[in-house]
Amino acid sequence: MVTEELVDLSRLQFAATAMYHFLFVPLTLGMVWLLVIMESAYVMTGKVVYKDMTRFWGKLFGINFALGVTTGITLEFQFGTNWAYYSHYVGDIFGAPLAIEGLMAFFLESTFIGLFFFGWDRLSRKQHLMVTILMAVGTNLSALWILVANGWMQHPVGAEFSYETMRMELVDFWAVLFNPDAQAKFVHTVSAGYVTGAMFVLSISAWYLLKGRDLEFARRSFSIAAAFGFASVCSVIVLGDESGYVVSEAQQTKLAAMEAMWETEPAPASFNVIAIPNEAQMKNDYALHIPWVMGIIGTRSFDQEMPGIRDIVVRNRERVEVGVEAVRLLEALRADPGNADLRERFERVKDDLGFGLLLKKYVSSMDEVTPELMDRAARDTIPKVAPLFWSFRIMVALGFAMLVLFGLALWHSVKGDFAERRGLLRWALWFLPMPWIASELGWFVAEYGRQPWTIYGVLPTHLSVSTLSVESLYGSLAGFVGFYTLLLVVEMYLMVRFARQGPGSLGTGRYLNEVGHGNGGHAGAKA
Amino acid sequence: MIIDYPTLKIIWWLLVGVLLVGFAIMDGHDMGVGSLLPFVGKGDVERRIVINTVGPHWDGNQVWFITGGGAIFAAWPIVYATAFSGFYWAMLAVLWALFFRPVGFDYRSKIHNATWRSTWDWGLFVGGFVPPVIFGVAFGNLLQGVPFHFDDTLVPYYTGSFWGLLNPFALLCGVVSSAMIIFHGAIYLMHRTEGEVYQRSRMAMMLAGMVLLVTFTAAGLWVQYIPGYAYASVVDFAALPNPLGKEVVREAGAWMANYRSMPLTLLVPALAYLGAIAALLLAMRGRTLTAFVASSLAIVGIIGTAGVSMFPFVMPSSTVPNASLTVWDAVSSHLTLTIMFWATMIFMPIIVVYTSWAYKVMSGKVTAAYIRENEHAAY
Repeated sequence: MVTEELVDLSRLQFAATAMYHFLFVPLTLGMVWLLVIMESAYVMTGKVVYKDMTRFWGKLFGINFALGVTTGITLEFQFGTNWAYYSHYVGDIFGAPLAIEGLMAFFLESTFIGLFFFGWDRLSRKQHLMVTILMAVGTNLSALWILVANGWMQHPVGAEFSYETMRMELVDFWAVLFNPDAQAKFVHTVSAGYVTGAMFVLSISAWYLLKGRDLEFARRSFSIAAAFGFASVCSVIVLGDESGYVVSEAQQTKLAAMEAMWETEPAPASFNVIAIPNEAQMKNDYALHIPWVMGIIGTRSFDQEMPGIRDIVVRNRERVEVGVEAVRLLEALRADPGNADLRERFERVKDDLGFGLLLKKYVSSMDEVTPELMDRAARDTIPKVAPLFWSFRIMVALGFAMLVLFGLALWHSVKGDFAERRGLLRWALWFLPMPWIASELGWFVAEYGRQPWTIYGVLPTHLSVSTLSVESLYGSLAGFVGFYTLLLVVEMYLMVRFARQGPGSLGTGRYLNEVGHGNGGHAGAKA
Repeated sequence: MIIDYPTLKIIWWLLVGVLLVGFAIMDGHDMGVGSLLPFVGKGDVERRIVINTVGPHWDGNQVWFITGGGAIFAAWPIVYATAFSGFYWAMLAVLWALFFRPVGFDYRSKIHNATWRSTWDWGLFVGGFVPPVIFGVAFGNLLQGVPFHFDDTLVPYYTGSFWGLLNPFALLCGVVSSAMIIFHGAIYLMHRTEGEVYQRSRMAMMLAGMVLLVTFTAAGLWVQYIPGYAYASVVDFAALPNPLGKEVVREAGAWMANYRSMPLTLLVPALAYLGAIAALLLAMRGRTLTAFVASSLAIVGIIGTAGVSMFPFVMPSSTVPNASLTVWDAVSSHLTLTIMFWATMIFMPIIVVYTSWAYKVMSGKVTAAYIRENEHAAY
């Protein structure tokens, strides 16, 4: 029996494991390119400090990557273990990008990461650089395919429902691949990853500079991170994935919710800098507007209207009504598959099938549906406004703060005086967690903003879960939380330890802290 | 090129087989190495030798598993949905065991502390030992049928328990699987090591090889007496997939039907025996590379035997046999199978090429001297 508790626990488990996974992914996405840049500098200049940089930052990258791999498998498993009906209903479309991700991207990344760490003495300089580049390409292609899959959840293009197989089926693969939502999401997400990688290197290098140690190593690392980070943060902001939001209905709903736009305003709409949303009365108790800005950001035009929440609910109320009819016809058609008349009538309304399925949360048969329940289902199509409104604003504020930080860092590295700018260095150090917070909030907006659907307009979250017992869910959730907490503690311990020890941990004899590699006290072997 | 739907359904049965076999051969040998780690490596240097034989490769190898899962999701979505949710705790046990591998490999030698290192060694053991056992147990349950059914909108319901999976036949299959992986891993370890580690691996290889031959035979004899499944209605190979549109009977000996009707298929279990015996003899003579090829062929034969016995069934239902999932009615649409077929045809050869190159770059024995020279870089 699917209860609300089961659905909530399944969602909580997915959210927890996905957000945990995304503690590690953005750093990987960004660090690989920083490693490519550092190693390219080594191959071009022959300066050994660049090799040391590649190896030391690579060591920290590896500590992070291990948990990225560990937590990534969970996500693939979980569609099957906890979202069985989802997997059946959309596997025909959703499974393909995941499988292609494995074939095209993850094999590449995972095979070459082995050679990246162990191939230094067995490959020529150029060969090793090629290995690093292929690892980076694999990592980023991997993100592409995952975001194609995720983009389809937000904007399900290129697929149709089949009453014979009782699922969505692929009709246009290219539409799925070139889904504008997926493309916008990809650029935004990988750029955010690059910012994370840059911030990581910038912060830790700033700490060495503040401590006055390993200076040449830290200076060069800082400059590379500043330049790469500035370019990336510009890309995140300019190509924010809001650009993809106008194209689809799902994203219009999300946009209206995260901007607390209750009414449809004449174009171009104003932007609520701050608001106190009132869910019950569907209005803002207080709002500070800037005229025009929202319309321009959201539609990139002056004359396109953006629907407000109230109008979206009205529109969806009509779709719910048609959807109820679609569910009825589907049931009749399943019982009598040869009936051409039923089939024709069903084909006419099947685009609203998902809206009818929303009522399955409240009733088991469409005969029990009342107008009040349909009102409720239509209101359900709007996610809670306040959490989205504030999460989005904090994310954007952090984005702009990072833009200023990287801008200053780049400015002072061009001038060459950043090592003396202790205020800037401290800022860089204390801002270390910010890209992670921004990424997590961004994912929260993207996924919470899609509720109550797993596939927008197609499959309600409520129907997507596996028919497991609530006890199983409590057990597995406790297991994940326990296991992940333990692993995170171990990871942070190693990360902090090696970051503190610094490039001395390579045992080259060129840096501070050569001794002290663990309790055994092992002096740099080649020192 | 358009391939017709029935042919593609069979091709995808073969391709899922290829991915599972690829997983067992590639990730299998490093899982075998993980299973042997605490026993063939005495002392830190030997342990590091063992770990570093697979250090550069385990991650790439693990992708066979991830891609296999993704391919089942894409090609047999309802199998993926029903099996993963039905075997909930078994899947979580595999998953949690696998957690130890990435962190075990990467973190173990980063700290000089005996307790720390030995903890991760046992973690790597769990990560290598547990998954093959559970996969074997899962196959044992698939062969007997699994208690599940669907409602009329195809929502799967699993009505068994985790403990019900641990029945004698399934446990025997778990031993077959574990012995196969340890045998294969031991041969690999012999190929990449020398001295004491080599000798201990050789002992493990002989032991696992014997256990494999005995238990595989026992399972083969036993399977003739357990109830198998067979179509009782006419199969429309080209039909749109509908797991509720057929009749199935459950009868003892049904898993032998394919061998009777197509005697050539007996070559598959024959390959399992020939491969395993050849691998055993070759490895004893120190011909470790050829032995590794032979034990890979044995894996093809063993997994192939399970597949051929059950064909066209993939996941039979013991409680509602008509709801069983088969090659004909559990598949994706024609278009998805076509696209995935071409994606596999294009990328699989490329993967084989660069994986081979990676092994070539890292080839040769892993020695104590290598560990000393790479104190800070090696696992």
